[in-house]
Amino acid sequence: MSIRERMSGNEAIATAMRQINPDVFAMFPITPSTEIPQYFAQYVADGKVDTEFICVESEHSSLSACLGAEAAGARAITATSSAGLSYMNEVLYVAGSLRLPVVLAVACRALTGPININHDYSDSLAARDSGFIQLYAENNQEVYDNYLMAHRIAEHPSVRLPLMVCEDGFITSHAIENIELEEDEKVKAFVGEYRPEHYLLKEENPLAVGPYGVSGYYMEARVAQAEAMKNAKSVILEVAADFEKTFGRSYGFFESYRMEDAEIAMVIMGSSAGTAKACVDQLRSEGVKAGLVKLRVFRPFPGEELAAVLQNCKAVAIMDKSEGFSAMGGPLFAETAGACLNLEHHPRMIDIVYGLGGRDFTVEAARSVYDRLAGIAAGGELGPVYTHMGQRER
Amino acid sequence: MAYNLKEEMNKEERFHSGHRLCAGCGAGIVCRAMMRAVDPDDKAVICNATGCLEVSSFQYPYTAWEDSYIHTAFENASATASGVEAAYRAMQRRGRIPEDKHTKILAIGGDGGTYDIGFQSLSGAFERGHDFTYFCYDNNAYMNTGTQRSSATPRFASATTTPSGSESVGKKQVQKDLTQIMVAHGSPYVAQTTLFGTMKDFHEKAHRAIYTEGPTFVNVLTPCPRGWQYPADELIDICKAAIDTCIWPLYEVVNGEYRLTYEPKKKLPVEEFMSKQGRFKHCFKPGNEWTIEAAQAYVDQKWEELLNKCR
Repeated sequence: MSIRERMSGNEAIATAMRQINPDVFAMFPITPSTEIPQYFAQYVADGKVDTEFICVESEHSSLSACLGAEAAGARAITATSSAGLSYMNEVLYVAGSLRLPVVLAVACRALTGPININHDYSDSLAARDSGFIQLYAENNQEVYDNYLMAHRIAEHPSVRLPLMVCEDGFITSHAIENIELEEDEKVKAFVGEYRPEHYLLKEENPLAVGPYGVSGYYMEARVAQAEAMKNAKSVILEVAADFEKTFGRSYGFFESYRMEDAEIAMVIMGSSAGTAKACVDQLRSEGVKAGLVKLRVFRPFPGEELAAVLQNCKAVAIMDKSEGFSAMGGPLFAETAGACLNLEHHPRMIDIVYGLGGRDFTVEAARSVYDRLAGIAAGGELGPVYTHMGQRER
Repeated sequence: MAYNLKEEMNKEERFHSGHRLCAGCGAGIVCRAMMRAVDPDDKAVICNATGCLEVSSFQYPYTAWEDSYIHTAFENASATASGVEAAYRAMQRRGRIPEDKHTKILAIGGDGGTYDIGFQSLSGAFERGHDFTYFCYDNNAYMNTGTQRSSATPRFASATTTPSGSESVGKKQVQKDLTQIMVAHGSPYVAQTTLFGTMKDFHEKAHRAIYTEGPTFVNVLTPCPRGWQYPADELIDICKAAIDTCIWPLYEVVNGEYRLTYEPKKKLPVEEFMSKQGRFKHCFKPGNEWTIEAAQAYVDQKWEELLNKCR
C-alpha cells in the first residue's frame, strides 16, 4: 500500500535515500539542495540508516569521495546545486569515464552572474555532456519516483554510468505537495543491493582504476562509454516498466500531453510543464489543437522517439530554461532540432529562453507562445527563431 | 622488530619494475619502500594524485602496482581516499568484508598535488580524521609538466616559471612548511624523511604512520634528476647532503611530541646541497654570494626552531 503524505521535493529525495540506506553519503551544503543532507543527517542521528555520512570540505571532494567509495565497492551518493555542480565539473567527467554509478541529486539552480539562488537549468544542462544520465521531474512525486529508479538504471551491468536526479530548485525542492510514498521494504526490494563484480576492496583480486590512456587506448574507452549511454535507453524503459508493475505509476523518456492530433506543441522540462498543461487544456477547450511534450530524460537524449512525436506538428516551440550563449538558442533547442533533422517533414521550430534565475512562467506566458505557434502553423512568418521571454523591456 | 635491510629486500615487490619513471627518479624508490612498509599479510589501496608517478606507473594496460590502486584527478587524492575509507567502514560494518582482514589505505602525491592544488582536500580529510596515510613525494616543483615552481620549491631555485636571469635569482619565496601545517591539524603521526642509507629511517616512519590509527602524514624529500639538474646516480648523495645541511631535517611528531630522528655530527654549509644541482647554479656566480648567505640564515633559523620543539 502506498503511503499518502505531503512533503517537499528535498524531503522526498531524502526519504528515498533513507529507504535505500546507501553505504556512503558525502555531503557539502549549497542552496537549495542543502536540506537533503540535513534530513539525512537526522536519519543518521536517529539510527534510521547506518550509512557512512561524511561532511567533506567542498563539492569537488564530495564527488571525489563518492568515486573512491564506488570504486571501493560501495553504493555512494551526494547532492548539490548550481555553483556546487560547476565546482564538481572536472570530477563529473571522471565519474563517467570510470563507469562509477554514483547517484547525484541536483536541486537545479541558476549559475552565478549575477549570483541568484532560484531555479533554472543552467547548472545541470551545463553538465549535459559530462557522461551522467539525467532525469528531470515535474513535481515531487516524479522526483521521488525517479530517485527510486536511479540506482537500478545507473548500476545496470550494461550501463554503469553516474546519474543525476534533477528537481527544480525551490519550486520542487521546497514546495510541499501531496505525494504517494512506497513502503520501506518494497523500496528496498525494488532497488536491490549494489554488488559490483570488480572493486578495490575485493581481497582475492585487486583492481587498478583510472589509468593514463594514451592515444592507442583512449578512443576505445570513450566509445565504450558512448555505447553504455546508448544502452541506458532500453534500461531506463525496462526499469520504468518494472516500476509501473510494482508501484503503478508510468514513466517513459517523456510525457506526451494531448499530442495525438496536435498541430502546435511545446517541448518543455520540469515544473513549468504543469503550467503549460493548464494552457493546453484551455486551448483545447477552445478547439485549438495544442499539445505538449515534457522531457524526463535529457541524457541519453531520446532523439528518435521525440522526433516521432513531433513529426506531425506544424510548429513547435522549444522552451529552454537555460541560456547557452551559443547565439542561436539554448541546449534543449539544439538537441531537439538535431533530432528532427532527418525527418522527411519536420515542423517549423522556434526557441524560447524563459524563466532564468527563477523568473516567473505563467499560463498567460505559455498562451503567448502557443498564439505565436498558431500564427506560424497557419502559414505566417516564422519570425526570429531564438528569443527570450519574460524579461523587462529596456 | 629491528630493521633488517636484507629481510626487507627479500620481501615480494609490491611496486614492480617496468614502470616508466625516469632513471634516477626518487618517486619509484618511495613507492617500493612505502609498499614494503605494509605488512605482507595486509592489503592496500593506493590513491594517487595526477602527476609523474600516476602516468608512469599505470599506463593502460599495464600497472606497476600489485595492490588495488585508484587515480581520479590531481587535487583530490585525499578526498578519494576518504571515500575508499568510508566504503571500507560501511562494507565491514555490513559484513561484506571480513573483520579479521586488514586493508591499509594510502594516498600519494607530489608536492604540487599535496602542498598546492591538493591542499584543500588534504586538510579536509585530516580534519575529518579518516584512517589513512598520506605520502608526499616532494620533489620541489611541478615536474610532470616540466619543473614549474610550486609552494614547495625552495628560495633561489631556478624553475621554468622562476628562471634565473639578469634580474632574477630564481624563486623569491621560501618553501611552505607543510610538515608543520600537518602537525597543526592534530594528526597522531607526522614525519619527514628522505632516501638514504639502508632506508631504515623511511621504513620505520612509513610503518609507524601506516599502523597508527587516524590520518597520518609522511613528507619525503624526493630528488628529481631532471628538475634539480644533477646526474641520475647522485640521488642518495643529494639526499644525504639535504639532511647533513639541515635543509631537510629528519624528525617525527607523535601525538604532538617532537622527536629528532637524525642529528648530523657536523652540520654542513648549504653549499654542500646547493652546489650539486644545476637549479642553484646562478647562486654561485660572482655578485650572488648573498643568496647563499640568505639560504644559510634561513636554514639556521628553521633548524633552531625545530631543535627548540624537540627539546
